Amino acid sequence: MSTTFQASSGPTKDAAVAAALGRSRKRSDLILRVLSYGATAIGLVLLASILVTLFAKGFGAMNLSVFTEVTRPPGSNGGLLNAMVGSLIQVGLATIIGTPIGMLVGTYLAEYARGSAFGNVVRFVSDILLSAPSILVGLFVYQLLVLPFGGFSGWAGVAALAIIIIPVVVRTTEDMLALIPNTLREAVIGLGAPKWKMIVTVCWRAAISGIITGVLLGVARIAGETAPLLFTSLGNNAWSTDLTAPMPSLPITIYSYAGSPFQDWIELAWAGALIITLAVLILNILARSVLRK
Amino acid sequence: MSTTSESAMNDAAPPATQSFGGMQARSEAVINTTSRISVRNLDFFYGANKALKAINLELPDRQVTGMIGPSGCGKSTLLRVLNRMYSLYPGQRAEGEVMMDGRNMIAAEVDLNELRSKVGMVFQKPTPFPMTIYENIAFGIRLHEKLSKSEMDDRIEWALTRAAIWGEVKDRLQSSAMGLSGGQQQRLCIARTIAVRPEVILFDEPTSALDPISTLKIEELIDELKRDFTICIVTHNMQQAARCADQVAFFYLGELVEVAPASQLFTAPREKRTQEYITGRFG
Repeated sequence: MSTTFQASSGPTKDAAVAAALGRSRKRSDLILRVLSYGATAIGLVLLASILVTLFAKGFGAMNLSVFTEVTRPPGSNGGLLNAMVGSLIQVGLATIIGTPIGMLVGTYLAEYARGSAFGNVVRFVSDILLSAPSILVGLFVYQLLVLPFGGFSGWAGVAALAIIIIPVVVRTTEDMLALIPNTLREAVIGLGAPKWKMIVTVCWRAAISGIITGVLLGVARIAGETAPLLFTSLGNNAWSTDLTAPMPSLPITIYSYAGSPFQDWIELAWAGALIITLAVLILNILARSVLRK
Repeated sequence: MSTTSESAMNDAAPPATQSFGGMQARSEAVINTTSRISVRNLDFFYGANKALKAINLELPDRQVTGMIGPSGCGKSTLLRVLNRMYSLYPGQRAEGEVMMDGRNMIAAEVDLNELRSKVGMVFQKPTPFPMTIYENIAFGIRLHEKLSKSEMDDRIEWALTRAAIWGEVKDRLQSSAMGLSGGQQQRLCIARTIAVRPEVILFDEPTSALDPISTLKIEELIDELKRDFTICIVTHNMQQAARCADQVAFFYLGELVEVAPASQLFTAPREKRTQEYITGRFG
């Protein structure tokens, strides 16, 4: 094989040098391959062990009263109903508030501020917010809404979660709008359409499945956030839908129950962890199926 | 008027150029004397880079002007001046005159949306909007007119018929335009453009992304459309320019080298550079 190759490719090469080079190439290839496979294996094993433990303990703790009863003192057969409803309310409101803001900022970046200095600053800040530790967001809202308004509240939790989801939506909206070819924009403008109409009726429509995917991934992200809620909605062991009072949530309940010395609380924490994981899994699957359409 | 009665129109939606009717100058060699657009002493800049130099060109009413030349010669740039597409991009500017209906269309105070309703554009790649076929056509009409449902239906049928695609889509008007083939999408885009009833239609290499059969259909369509519209087509394909255009303009390095009736430019060019280009010596 190597001889025919040499014969067909002009100047003859030293066979010994070529063989040595070939050996060294194969060695490098082998090393990189082993490292890559090894790292992947470590990651998979860790992930699998987390999931296996979670599913085993979570399903073991799962029963109907988890969904029908509110949190109760240890030994009195409580559930997680109030925590789940509290999470739904806070995550839902945060999404409703954060999505339009994030979409509009992303639209500003993609359609109005291309290449402008201010746009670059906004994008930079948004990206920093995207990767900022969420506990900082909690502290920020604590200073802004909790201290001045006399205490922990559901609204403060909503605000903290909204601040976390906004940069996620900003990023996806901008990325999805950037994928739209400029000729499509020019085609709309070429018909005599004003720019706002181009954005609202064509660009958003072309990008909508990607934006929805981003929103769903953002929801999955804030559904599991604990740290920002510690300083804001605090948690509540009773049934409460009052947004001006401390509000229960799944992550906070898991956090306090998992660290408790009571066996039934610890089991409830496992059940709660499984519920969140499944919810996030479903959201991710939804997000993928939306994107595929 | 006689031309419109022969055409495939089937409702009372006459093209806006009708008032310029009566010109029977369809004989091939004679260039119509009425200009729809007059480009005078036009310079164009991408930032500091001068892309068009002192262009003078008349677009005769209801005739096809072909623009040819090697890549980067400025022919597409001129097309994008005619409907002010360049105004979308900061740093691009034009100086000189583009006269249409007695007004300089590159003046700052021109209403761009109105201008673009008079000067439509069809792009190199088909650009269907992510909507139904019906909505694709209705979109442009709604920007400029308020029509009743039945008037809208009639106008859409008229536009699709003129673009020679009605028969292929009439049973699927409510399905997505993205499902059409490339050639169908391009004819849909032409229908969308003429539905607004412009006076001028700009074609920017409209067939370079299409197969030969679709290309032939588009070329036949252009021949048919020039009865009612003034047409300007940029093409890299000299046979296409020879087939479609009444007059042909040859651009090179930002200059308009020569403009002449198609038969004359391709058989007896005045300029040496034109001769070299059309015989394939460069470009």
